[in-house]
Amino acid sequence: MAETGTDPPLLSVEGLHSYYGRAHILSGVSLSVARGEVVVLLGRNGAGKTTTLKCIMGLVRPAEGRIRFQDEDIAGAAPYAVCRAGLAYVPEDRRIFTELTVMENLEVGRQKPRAGAPEWTPDRLFALFPNLAEMRNRLGGRMSGGEQQMLTIARSLMGNPSAILLDEPSEGLAPVIVEQMAQTVRELKAEGLTVILSEQNLHFANHVSDRAYIIEKGQIRYEGTMAALAADEDVRAAYLTV
Amino acid sequence: MGFYFTQFLTGLASASSLFLVAAGLSIIFGVTRIVNLAHGSFYMLGAYIAYSIVTSIDVGPVGFWLAVLAAAVAVGLIGVAVEMLLLRRIYHAPEMFQLLATFGVVLVVQDAALAIWGPADKLGPRAPGLDGAVRIFGELVPQYDLAMIVLGPLVLGAIWLLFHKTRWGTLVRAATQDRQMLGALGANQKVLFTSVFFAGAALAGLGGAAQVPREAVSLFTDLNIIAEAFVIVVVGGMGSILGAFLAAVLISELNAFGILIFPQITLVLMFLVMAVILVVRPWGLLGRPEFIARGPGEMPEAPYRPADGRLKLLGLAALLLLVAVPLAGDDFLMVLMVDVLLLALFATSLHFIMGPGGMVSFGHAAYFGLGAYGAAMLTKLLDTPMELAVAGGIAAAAAGAVVFGWFCVRLSGVYFAMLTLAFAQIGWSVVFQWGDVTGGDDGILNVWPAAWASSRIVFYYLTLALCTGAILFMRHLLYAPFGYGLRAGRDSPLRAEAIGIDVRMRQWHGFILAGAMSGLAGSLYAFSKGSVFPDIMAIPQSIDGLMMVLLGGVKTLSGPYVGAAAFHLLEDQISRLEFWRAILGVTILFLVIVFPQGLVGFLRQRLSRDEAAP
Repeated sequence: MAETGTDPPLLSVEGLHSYYGRAHILSGVSLSVARGEVVVLLGRNGAGKTTTLKCIMGLVRPAEGRIRFQDEDIAGAAPYAVCRAGLAYVPEDRRIFTELTVMENLEVGRQKPRAGAPEWTPDRLFALFPNLAEMRNRLGGRMSGGEQQMLTIARSLMGNPSAILLDEPSEGLAPVIVEQMAQTVRELKAEGLTVILSEQNLHFANHVSDRAYIIEKGQIRYEGTMAALAADEDVRAAYLTV
Repeated sequence: MGFYFTQFLTGLASASSLFLVAAGLSIIFGVTRIVNLAHGSFYMLGAYIAYSIVTSIDVGPVGFWLAVLAAAVAVGLIGVAVEMLLLRRIYHAPEMFQLLATFGVVLVVQDAALAIWGPADKLGPRAPGLDGAVRIFGELVPQYDLAMIVLGPLVLGAIWLLFHKTRWGTLVRAATQDRQMLGALGANQKVLFTSVFFAGAALAGLGGAAQVPREAVSLFTDLNIIAEAFVIVVVGGMGSILGAFLAAVLISELNAFGILIFPQITLVLMFLVMAVILVVRPWGLLGRPEFIARGPGEMPEAPYRPADGRLKLLGLAALLLLVAVPLAGDDFLMVLMVDVLLLALFATSLHFIMGPGGMVSFGHAAYFGLGAYGAAMLTKLLDTPMELAVAGGIAAAAAGAVVFGWFCVRLSGVYFAMLTLAFAQIGWSVVFQWGDVTGGDDGILNVWPAAWASSRIVFYYLTLALCTGAILFMRHLLYAPFGYGLRAGRDSPLRAEAIGIDVRMRQWHGFILAGAMSGLAGSLYAFSKGSVFPDIMAIPQSIDGLMMVLLGGVKTLSGPYVGAAAFHLLEDQISRLEFWRAILGVTILFLVIVFPQGLVGFLRQRLSRDEAAP
């Protein structure tokens, strides 16, 4: 596989099953992510990307399957415990606390520093997202979509995670902001963070990711480096084009 | 001039305690999404505990306030116990189950208070150091009132600081909006919920304790206070502490001056103001439009399936059993079964708007009561024959539902529930206070059925026929386009509107129909008992209806009858015991924790687990 060296993966998921009522959403999803990697989960709408991330985060309880993160079994753990284990989550709909200011939103995300993970302070985050620095006391509800997207990432980073789950970070953003977002992901990687993102936008994924999984109908159908995927027209036609 | 100013000060002094209770209720609701019916009980406990302390120890001026604080902390700890032992198990249960559970707590606390403090009202001694009066504009104002006037804004300021200057407060405000996301950001909900419950309960306890020198505490304090606190929270805007303060002042001043002008209808006045404000500003004075608070994703409700052969057989067998009841020759059994049938109709009509309609009414007893009073008054005042009087009862209930429903269907969720409660309370207070016409507390006596129906057996069959007919009619409607539209409006109002259903109109019609059916049950009830009393439209009666529906299972169609029967038989058995409220309360708590899906829901789940699901 694509992991380099003999280190155990930072995050590994095996045989994940999930149901919504009687609908079988995930049927045996497995993936593994090495420390420092940027891995993208590609797939069409309704393929199971968001549910996979929510299962990892503990927001959806998997019916079956194992999830290991930094040698801890986190399957079925409460979201706050998963977060405190060092995994951050950025939902696709952002879920900013609209009644709280930027600073207060950051405060809500604050957790203790963690060994082996980059440590964030509001000032460091304002350096990463200069826009936010100018609106420290603005209410979350009075920010543009792009600003909210930056804030939701900054807020998750306040937990000093070793890995971050980004659910469709480029969705609904203007092209300029998407470019900023790509830059942000590269900077997070440079900080040593592991990034797992879900995407429909292959172009964006190409710019930021090392490796890709393709999910369809709740199953992983493809795994490979971005270069390999770029070369494989058939796979892209089968699973990604609308 | 001086007189009006003192009256104004009295209003302000009363506002403080109400504000404390309402603020606690609002904070707890904001974070846990639980409408805590036991909040009035917390207030009552605070008052009783403070009373016990100040009457058993000789407290000085400082000691008095320490005693008040100690009572608040004690109540906070009781709140923590309730949260950890009970609510923690049911955060994921449907909203109405949580309500039921907190009502179980109300019952247990009522009997505990009865056992500890006895039935007599308790008025505490005057507060040491503040037992005099000062002259303002020539009128005497109790010093303690002035202290109370200071206490309200003081607590308001403290809450504001706590919410805006501490991490805990920031987390609480975040939880009010999106507790799932808060969890994903590393906050431990359990700790947060428990601490919020402590704070909310302690505020209620403080409110109660501080009232001890001003007002006697009685065993009725709990429900009186919870009704007022609902009004204040709704008028001020759910979740807004400042709004609660303004509303408490508004309502208290209204009471203080209303009592000078219309001493008889202060209650009505209060609820009328609430209705007007809610129509003009549906989210209250300082509230914001209700956002969907994110919790665990709730499963969409399964569609109703037409009764299969087995269920039809079961229904037929039950009906035959009911027809055979008089053969037993037991008069008492027949009386009991008439009650069960009427309650089954009452519960089914409530379920009609609650289940398929998605409108949870806290005040359905109003229509039962309107039916009963309509029929009884026609009989007593105009000597109307029974047949016409029953029709009149139905008409009275329907008319009430036309008016109240028009307001209520404009709101949804918790606001709908509270407005229905408010209207029911208006109905109750009119009946209770308008003694010349309704007999007030003494009720209306000697309302007997027509000669042809006066035998127990005939009346039983009449009741059986009418109730069965009405229940089958409502069931039929749910499988007709009317019912489909109602459910569509519940599941997705926007999409229902988009395919041409006027959701609000449909809900209004459903509300009126349910009111009329409840009125039928009520008017028959009047004739079966021969009398009516205000109790039948009071809050506990509405809650009983909710309990029946929830006992049976709100997601099932046959639930209401099973629930009504189970509830009434249970109540009949235990209401003969001394501490029957506590027993009922514990039973409710037990049922809620063990059968969160209701009795019928539980049976169905068992059945479908035993068989391979088709």
